[in-house]
Amino acid sequence: MSALTFLEWAIVAAQVILGLAMCCATYRLVAGPRAQDRILGLDSLYSIAMLMLVTFGIRTGSTLYFEAALIIGLLGFVSTVALAKFLMRGEVIE
Amino acid sequence: MNAAGHLPAWAALLTALFVLLGAAVTLIGAVGLLRLRNFYARVHPPTLGTTLGVGSIMAGSILYFSVLQTRPAVHEILVAVFITLTTPVTLMLLVRAALYRDRIEGNKEVPGSEVAEGLMSFEEAIQETPPLEPGPGDQPSR
Repeated sequence: MSALTFLEWAIVAAQVILGLAMCCATYRLVAGPRAQDRILGLDSLYSIAMLMLVTFGIRTGSTLYFEAALIIGLLGFVSTVALAKFLMRGEVIE
Repeated sequence: MNAAGHLPAWAALLTALFVLLGAAVTLIGAVGLLRLRNFYARVHPPTLGTTLGVGSIMAGSILYFSVLQTRPAVHEILVAVFITLTTPVTLMLLVRAALYRDRIEGNKEVPGSEVAEGLMSFEEAIQETPPLEPGPGDQPSR
């Protein structure tokens, strides 16, 4: 087995592992039990999706996925901050 | 994978190692998010994925694209630094909001609620805190 085949299978395995991690985060997002747990699940779902996009970029050899990963990271930060502010104050923009 | 036709073997193996390590660490963090019982305990494990997981997968990506394009491709550092800087900020905001909600509801399981209300000093609160109950995975000490 050449090294390139090993790399390909390793990336597929990493994507499966990241998919399992996304399932765990989705369970926490759906099951709760409270709003802060759901926000925590959403935040980790964002970061795992970003990692998944980077592995897609390595798999296809394209740097296009990197920009999508950057935007997802930014959106995850902004959305979690906004939701935490909503939990604290009851409104996002005062 | 047809784009990686002339990648040397050492770079391919090292990239595979980095990507697998990062994915495994992220899965460990997600399982911790699933299994821990308290919100304040559940805040901690996802940071495993956002520090070591992101760092490792980005290191694999940097190595792969640098060797493939025969020039340094370090723009992934941008994402890694951004995530490392923003995750503590967001989680601190989230925990502050959760603590505020729990204290408004008068939840007695919140750490330090008596201290915040001025009813008890910090040393008394530490002495009155019950010891943690052993979980299902904990072995009894002999």
